[in-house]
Amino acid sequence: MAVLAVIFIVTGVFFFTTATIGLLRFPDFYTRMHAAGKGDTLGAFLTLAGLALYNLHHGFSFDAILISIKILLIALFIFIVNPTATHAITKAALNCDVKPWEKKETSK
Amino acid sequence: MKHIILFSVLYLHWIIWSGKFDAFHLSLGIISSAFVTFMSHGLFIERKKVSTKIIAESIRFIKYVPWLLYQIILSNIHVASLVLSPKMPIEPKIIKYKTKLKSDIALVTFANSITLTPGTITADIIDGEYIVHTLSRKVADDLMSGEMEDKVADIFDEA
Repeated sequence: MAVLAVIFIVTGVFFFTTATIGLLRFPDFYTRMHAAGKGDTLGAFLTLAGLALYNLHHGFSFDAILISIKILLIALFIFIVNPTATHAITKAALNCDVKPWEKKETSK
Repeated sequence: MKHIILFSVLYLHWIIWSGKFDAFHLSLGIISSAFVTFMSHGLFIERKKVSTKIIAESIRFIKYVPWLLYQIILSNIHVASLVLSPKMPIEPKIIKYKTKLKSDIALVTFANSITLTPGTITADIIDGEYIVHTLSRKVADDLMSGEMEDKVADIFDEA
């Protein structure tokens, strides 16, 4: 159980890391929004699922299960809120005429 | 009916998050849930016709979630590889996507599904057209294939 939890958490942290690298490397607002808003979805879900599993590795007492359910509810909350917030910020940027970066035909 | 559902959902949440089962916390939960129901019942999406259809929809929706998770993992790996590759072969574009979905709840579900899968963000819906920002050609093609839309249409019986 603990091993599975650690695998989940490490994979989640990996996706968080790529999200952060993407945030630094991408050229404009919209593409950075992709990195910031999306890597987090899977990263947070895997990390939280890992925590929920790790929380149970001492045994299935009632309190431990309740805490795991709470952690999974946080993950569910993120799954609903993250796309909504990403959408709202992107829409705001479009309404303010932020120009999206396009790949140049003669790229270096 | 709507009030009862909202109240039960809120009260269930109260019990889970408080984790205490003595009379004081339970009765406090009833008061709070009733108050919040009274204050906010107007905010929730109202279905025109509530029927047994809603149960079938819920079941189909639960079947849809694992597929969505699988898609999220696939496209997340795709985006991660884009980020980590030294040349960073991204081709950001804004595309318009004509949809056949009608009801509000189906439109919202589809928009949120698009935004959840990495590489695509829904920015707006104008006259049944999604305005989607895509990160690379592959994710744009995935969206244009319409597979996800068909699945969402299936859930809400709008195929």
